[in-house]
Amino acid sequence: MSFGYFSRKVLAALATLAFVVCFNFFLFRVVESDPVASLFRGRNLTPAQRLELRQEFGLDGSKGEQFVRYLQQTAQLNLGRSYRSNQPVSSEIRERAWPTIALVGVSTLFSAIFGILIGIVAAWRRRTKADYGWTGFSMATYSMPDFWLGMLLLISFAVALGWFPVGGITDTGSDATGVAKLFDQAHHMFLPALTLTLAYLGEYALVMRSSLLDTMREDYLTLARAKGLRDVVVRNRHAVPNALLPVVTLIAINFGFVLSGAIAVETIFSWPGLGLLTYDALKGPDLPMLQGLFLVFSAAVIFFNLVADLLYGFLDPRVRTP
Amino acid sequence: MTAPLLSVRDLHVTYRSEAGPVPAVRGVSFDLHPGETLGLAGESGCGKSTIAGALLKVLPPGTEVTGEVLLDGEDVLQMKPGRLRAVRWTEMSIVFQGALHALNPVQRVGNQIEEAIETHRTTPAATARVAELLELVGLPARRAGDYPHQLSGGQRQRVLIALALACNPRVLIADEPTTALDVMVQAQVLELLERLQRELALSMIFITHDLSTLSYVCRRTAVMYAGRIVEEGPAEEVFAHPRHPYASALAAAFPLIGDHSHRMNPSGLPGDPPDPRAIPSGCPFHLRCAVVQPECPELDVELWPAGDGRRAACIHVLAGAAP
Repeated sequence: MSFGYFSRKVLAALATLAFVVCFNFFLFRVVESDPVASLFRGRNLTPAQRLELRQEFGLDGSKGEQFVRYLQQTAQLNLGRSYRSNQPVSSEIRERAWPTIALVGVSTLFSAIFGILIGIVAAWRRRTKADYGWTGFSMATYSMPDFWLGMLLLISFAVALGWFPVGGITDTGSDATGVAKLFDQAHHMFLPALTLTLAYLGEYALVMRSSLLDTMREDYLTLARAKGLRDVVVRNRHAVPNALLPVVTLIAINFGFVLSGAIAVETIFSWPGLGLLTYDALKGPDLPMLQGLFLVFSAAVIFFNLVADLLYGFLDPRVRTP
Repeated sequence: MTAPLLSVRDLHVTYRSEAGPVPAVRGVSFDLHPGETLGLAGESGCGKSTIAGALLKVLPPGTEVTGEVLLDGEDVLQMKPGRLRAVRWTEMSIVFQGALHALNPVQRVGNQIEEAIETHRTTPAATARVAELLELVGLPARRAGDYPHQLSGGQRQRVLIALALACNPRVLIADEPTTALDVMVQAQVLELLERLQRELALSMIFITHDLSTLSYVCRRTAVMYAGRIVEEGPAEEVFAHPRHPYASALAAAFPLIGDHSHRMNPSGLPGDPPDPRAIPSGCPFHLRCAVVQPECPELDVELWPAGDGRRAACIHVLAGAAP
């Protein structure tokens, strides 16, 4: 990969991130609120106490001073303190990131694998029952809102049948360790992961199907068949890799979005990740926490966009040569 | 005369489409003898490229192909899948049009040639063979490491020729190999094909819409219209003195350089090629013909002898008078 392509993409990503950092500051100051007043509602504070609290939350000084302080602290990964828990935002986010990364990682993996396989089957057997069936299934799951699908699965498999726990990440009061703990967590993750997998699988299947159908019209496939290759070889060596290009990009970009998009699903299943953290912060509103989460979510989208660009450049030689 | 290497008998090809069947080739027969080059000319949509696909049976699934394609007496259309794959590229190969996406854009051209060699295991030293093939078509061997987009149109066409020769086929089908190349490059590619045909003693079917090219490369030519051959004979004769009014229109469409009458009167053919789903009755050319006769719309034309090893499907030939 040429250095030019790589450095251009990285610089663009860094510039976007810098813009988001600045924009975030002003976005959260548009909401004109006095956190000190709302947090200590009903209590009598002396002006001195009030000033002390304002200093503690970093709300003293002009907007300009605050902005400079914000930039310095953000650069040191200090995202302020949560109004709700009074804990540093960055450590709370760090703690809650792993459940989300695990959930989103597992669902992205499964939705990508099954979505791509379904797309391949539907395209290769186009206008057959397999195609109509799988395409219909993909359309249906694609158009279902994930919170609705999640509630449906929760009601049927957790509440009515009782096969899965209704929420959380481990059984309450469980002190299992090692493999037993992992198994318990997997048991809890099943329904939210299934919801997210189904919610994203349809899109991947439909994109893979149409991409493969486009590729199948290409002359190089006729040439590959004319060379005497088996149909399976033509498909696996020439059609599928080329058709995968747009799908791989889509999955990488989506991964960044799903990190933040799991809010509804995590809330339904009380999955203690970033989504649930966002939901709880919104109720406050816990502005420092929301500001921190916004930054993390934007950074995730920017980062995985960059990954998608670099991946595309790696997979497609036409992109990396200018 | 020796027995033909390839003999096509009453070939019909009907595509399936949502608007109903599309008969693209409607009864074509021709012979190709060892070492001979046969030209196949006609407008876009006359069925000439469909024939190329039918010979190797690489048309889209669901396409109906009837008739016989006898290669050394064995019918390609009746071959079992395994036998067919073995015949493809080792007996007959196609030089695809380089301007189209005939090369996989994300694979190095050398690998795409190697794949053909390894599929048929014609030689154990595939990499050396790739270098040899590239040099044969006038490209440096290091070009094997290039991706298609790094090559010019003319170079891509040379790669496609090298690819077609990879397994030493006996029959080479060149499907518009010079279309969309600029004139100088066209001349180079034609020269290359003509040299290779001579040196390797290939039998070649050369498909084009440019009759003047054919007179350079081929000894015999067939002109197609609406899925049928309407005239055949020695290439130079067909080009210089066409017997079918369509062949004369096609020949006139490519002016002779330096000929003033052509320059002052650029001739075109009125109307569009017929829609394969609605071929006109009788002689399919009668709607566009300059010398149409009252009986043409009902006349069942076939290839009638027109002297000197020539045949033409026109009432004027039947009447014994030149059109």
